Amino acid sequence: MPINVFIIIRKSQGSRVVVSARSFADLTPQASFDIKRCDLHRLDEGPSVQTVLTREDGLRYYRTMQTVRRMELKADQLYKQKIIRGFCHLYDGQEACAVGIEAGINPTDHLITAYRVHGYTYTRGVSVKEILAELTGRKGGIAKGKGGSMHMYAKNFYGGNGIVGAQVPLGAGVALACQYQAKNEVCVTLYGDGAANQGQIFEAFNMAALWKLPCIFICENNKYGMGTSVERASASTDYYKRGDYIPGLRVDGMDVLSVREATRFAADYCRYGKGPILMELQTYRYHGHSMSDPGVSYRTRDEIQEVRGKSDPITMLKDRMISNNMASLEEIKDIDAEIRKEIEEAAQFATSDPEPPLEDLCNHIFFNDTPFEVRGTSPWVKLKSIS
Amino acid sequence: MAYLRSILRSGKNAVPAVLRREFHRTLPAAVQQVTVRDAIKEALDEELERDERVFLLGEEVALFEGAYKVTRGLWKKYGDKRIIDTPITEIGFTGIAVGAAMAGLRPVVEYMSFNFSMQSVDHIINSAAKTYYMSGGLQPVSIVFRGPNGAAPGVAAQHAQCFAAWYGHVPGLKVVSPWSAEDAKGLLKSAIRDDNPVVFLENEIMYSVPFEMSEESQSKDFLIPIGKAKIERKGNHVTLVSHSHVVSRCMDAAAVLAKDGIECEVINLRTIRPMDMEAIETSVMKTKHLITVEGGWPQFGVGGEILARIMEGPGFSYLNAPAVRVTGVDIPMPYAKHLEENTLPQIKDIVFSVKKTLNV
Repeated sequence: MPINVFIIIRKSQGSRVVVSARSFADLTPQASFDIKRCDLHRLDEGPSVQTVLTREDGLRYYRTMQTVRRMELKADQLYKQKIIRGFCHLYDGQEACAVGIEAGINPTDHLITAYRVHGYTYTRGVSVKEILAELTGRKGGIAKGKGGSMHMYAKNFYGGNGIVGAQVPLGAGVALACQYQAKNEVCVTLYGDGAANQGQIFEAFNMAALWKLPCIFICENNKYGMGTSVERASASTDYYKRGDYIPGLRVDGMDVLSVREATRFAADYCRYGKGPILMELQTYRYHGHSMSDPGVSYRTRDEIQEVRGKSDPITMLKDRMISNNMASLEEIKDIDAEIRKEIEEAAQFATSDPEPPLEDLCNHIFFNDTPFEVRGTSPWVKLKSIS
Repeated sequence: MAYLRSILRSGKNAVPAVLRREFHRTLPAAVQQVTVRDAIKEALDEELERDERVFLLGEEVALFEGAYKVTRGLWKKYGDKRIIDTPITEIGFTGIAVGAAMAGLRPVVEYMSFNFSMQSVDHIINSAAKTYYMSGGLQPVSIVFRGPNGAAPGVAAQHAQCFAAWYGHVPGLKVVSPWSAEDAKGLLKSAIRDDNPVVFLENEIMYSVPFEMSEESQSKDFLIPIGKAKIERKGNHVTLVSHSHVVSRCMDAAAVLAKDGIECEVINLRTIRPMDMEAIETSVMKTKHLITVEGGWPQFGVGGEILARIMEGPGFSYLNAPAVRVTGVDIPMPYAKHLEENTLPQIKDIVFSVKKTLNV
């Protein structure tokens, strides 16, 4: 029986609010969960089919996934209001991938992905405020408003890349640096089902395997490259086998615990010199490819609804925790309310912060260089660039 | 003693002189004859030694000792970790090099020919050149892309294109085109120490050409600043601006013209981007006549850019005649020797253009 405790909070202006708080003493601190077995390629053993989730971790994953979800929905809203322009590729539906991966690696590990990047930017440490302000092109954005949706960076996070497939050799290069510097770090290199046919990815596979680079290649298979389904784009849709001589595993990308377990497995494999490994995460995006795509000309609304109803990653985690008495509904509601507030404040900032000043136009061309002149739109316009 | 030293240092050049009992010129004590190839190798060796983060990658750079033997000896000295043979996958290994640079290393990528860099152009421009800007200053990319560029004897159309104008077009890149051994060494060292992407355009024709290297230029800290041109020959009548192997042609043409009393000022650009317009303008204000000379194609080329800037700048009002460009012929490079010769600016073409410009 839950014990109800009444707490009286005195707010700063002197008014008083009575809040009912439940004691958390009777909630389960951790539980063991069965997760789907992964399909394996060139591996004798895969990740464990059971994993232990602590209450603390569970709440953290929930909070993070929900934050990404709400942030993306807010971006949708701002885009429709024309406050965000250009490209905007939303991640809602795929949250378990970003959150599960981050849970399986260390903050000192490295990560690079393509253009559907807002979720990873958040899990890699950038605030919602700085992400939304970058989307709205303001000076408080993580790239000072100069990059936009696809070009966000942070420590050990290399974007945010607009050219499909280009991030894969880049990620293998970051892995080369990890190996070179001998710090036992790995690089997670993500790409989509659409990018999976790019030649340069196979070039990266070859060099990564040849030189045993500590690179975890991850294909986020959300079933559609823009509007082309996987069956219409790839002669082989077994993306986890496409690394050929590189061992691979196919993972349920809608289950954050499966993703975490698989990532831990992969990171262990890579970290101590066995070479690269490939993971395919089977996932789904609710939005179209980008904000200019309603997302229903190449797939049915029924399909989208079915995934939402049966496999939503956030709902799945919440249900697991509630039904195992690891969290209370009130707690979840409180977290939701906090997140809503955080997103609102971030959106406020993102719509009110000024755009970068014109003086900043030509800056950041070169790093660590003396200031120089940049030609403007006509020979009489001489602009200045500083590092 | 100085004579003995000159034999030891000048190598094979000195032996015939001794046998013929001709002493052309005893080189001053510490000056050496160094080929462009060896100067490049020295630069690489010194920078590899100086900074652990520097490493080389490219096709055949290690065991084969370099397709043009530029990296001879380096793999034996530094090993697999620092000198990496890549598979024949330009876009893949360029991407890997840029990624390594993003993560804090300082790669030097070799293209067996810059013609092969066309496959990698996306990484050079979209992954390297633009990144510091797009990230609002968060992500620098310290990398050098080097290799032979432009014409080489008998290699025909797919292997002879000049990429100076292509790369010179892009903000966020520095583009360097050395001529002499001193240029090659000082500029490559500066390029490797530069924290930004640098495209370093060598030329196969120049690899075996020896130049005198002053004692100063033999020092391990000898650097030539990127973005500064050099006046190779002073003159008062006409300014010739050139880069890479074509500078040799300009010097030869200047010698021919000197016999007719025409004194050319030959400017070796050294850097394509950022271009040293000040040096060109100062010269034009003196000579009042300008001819750019390059091996690349005429349309949208290096010469076209110089002329446009002269038109827009203070130099224009000093010109006594329209500035003109001497360029490669606007065709893919043919194979047959006679055709190939007539595709690049020859000495007679430069002489002819000077006389037309000066109206003599």
